[in-house]
Amino acid sequence: MSGAHLGIQVGQLARRSVLRTMRQPAQIVPALVFPLFLLAVNSNGLAQATNLPGFPTSSYLTFALAVPFMQGALFSVMNTGTDLARDIETGFLNRLALTPLRGAALFSGLLAGSVALGLVQAATYLTVGLIAGAELVTGVAGALAIVVLAVSITVAFGTIGLFAALRTGSGEAVQGLFPMFFVFLFISAMALPLELIQTDWFRKVATVNPVTYLLEAFRSLLYEGWELDKLALGFGIAGAILIVGMVAANGALKTRLVRT
Amino acid sequence: MASDGQRGEGIEVEALVREFKNGPRAVDGIDLRVEAGEIYGFLGPNGAGKSTTVLMLTTLLPPTAGTARVAGYDIVREGPLVRASIGAALQEAALDPLLSGREHMRLQTALHGLDKRARRERGDELLERVGLSQAADRKVGGYSGGMKRRLDLALALVHRPRILFLDEPTTGLDIQSRTALWEEVGRLASEEGVTVFLTTQYLEEADALAGRVGIIDRGRLVAEGAPAELKAEIGRPTVEAVPRERADRGRVAGVLERFGPAANCAPEAAAARLEAGEAQLAEVVRALDAEEIAIERLQLHAPSLDDVFLAKTGRSLEGAT
Repeated sequence: MSGAHLGIQVGQLARRSVLRTMRQPAQIVPALVFPLFLLAVNSNGLAQATNLPGFPTSSYLTFALAVPFMQGALFSVMNTGTDLARDIETGFLNRLALTPLRGAALFSGLLAGSVALGLVQAATYLTVGLIAGAELVTGVAGALAIVVLAVSITVAFGTIGLFAALRTGSGEAVQGLFPMFFVFLFISAMALPLELIQTDWFRKVATVNPVTYLLEAFRSLLYEGWELDKLALGFGIAGAILIVGMVAANGALKTRLVRT
Repeated sequence: MASDGQRGEGIEVEALVREFKNGPRAVDGIDLRVEAGEIYGFLGPNGAGKSTTVLMLTTLLPPTAGTARVAGYDIVREGPLVRASIGAALQEAALDPLLSGREHMRLQTALHGLDKRARRERGDELLERVGLSQAADRKVGGYSGGMKRRLDLALALVHRPRILFLDEPTTGLDIQSRTALWEEVGRLASEEGVTVFLTTQYLEEADALAGRVGIIDRGRLVAEGAPAELKAEIGRPTVEAVPRERADRGRVAGVLERFGPAANCAPEAAAARLEAGEAQLAEVVRALDAEEIAIERLQLHAPSLDDVFLAKTGRSLEGAT
């Protein structure tokens, strides 16, 4: 197969993925509204936390604005995985398997929907946050970096959805992952900076939880400035999740698609 | 028979087996041969092994043992070449309810490597052929069962396959949609020389479409041949009599037993398979008359594929599960 043909396959599957995403308001609306709703509740309810000695910013809204990007990525796991699981359940994957389709094209195409949703989510969260009064000390370049980081994390988490779908072949099983991922979010530095968490076990868990460092990468852009080590760590973790997710999904695809 | 030019373009299956983990042999040593340009009906009840056979022949499931060549290519060693030569509409039309018919066509033609212009032309041509031009831009979620099946068939044809696998293509369709699909399949074989491997649990479908039929039961091929040959092999028609008085049913059965073994029939009737064929019908009438039994209805049934299935397996295909 030529590279051009692979490009066409990726393009057409990406088109399908984006169309599917955009034609399912039930996928888009909760992924946009739910994180913003939590942002509104938390930034009001926990505003006094900024009075704690050592709190890094005077705006809890700015501090909390990192969280919707992570929640949006979690929705991506569910959406990408559920779409693929539905393809398995309906036999659509078998239809694709009868064409000269490459696994790489299948994954890239499916993740294109995540990219589209990730872009919409990131732009919406950032715009709403800034309108509500959040800081952004790194300016327009920082806003772009936030969107790129958000999309990277969305795609990385999306590969976990692909893996789960291919492993289980069940949309319900993929949706069952959602609460588990939310637990990861809650046991991170989501509500407080790492150094201000007083409970010993919680701080230890949050310290080893990669989600903490993804949040810190967003926060550095929002209120600290260009902290390259934090950005590198954030992008590095997203990259690592992407690689692990892709390897796992590829292995699961080989088991699922046993075409000769 | 295949012409020289067509040789090797059919399907050859030898001792094909598929065993699932902790399960029975879904396919248990099947041998069959389908000639190029032929419509082959693969008939059997649910769970007989029809779909498993199709999955193996379309390279989507590796066999546990045995060999098969499709379009001249080995299904295990030459999977990509097999796939390039075949089209398949598998059980349950696998379509995306959120895409339109035209969008399905665009995706399928692109995945098969058609160039941009050919994609549009081939897509329009096939949508027209299956009568979906008007509905091409509607989402498939709103299509009827028959429309989905027609689109499924059109999608299987985008790359002009030499062999077409149809797995229970008309299950759940009304008679009008079923007939339309039969016409299209018949046309593909007769006008375009496409070899068709069709699984079905409908006797009339196999009878109407297939040049030859293979009957599968519990993973084994129990009979194979032209429908007419298979029926002739069974050879014996059934006579069914309904007495005017229900109380006479036992007496009618007693008379019919003189002419052959009892056969399945409606509860108010008695039936027997005529050992010496339809020539015995006059004798049956005379015997009933001699017993002074008033008969409301007397029918002679020609043997059906169900009779063939019954003769080979001891069970009725229509009642088998």
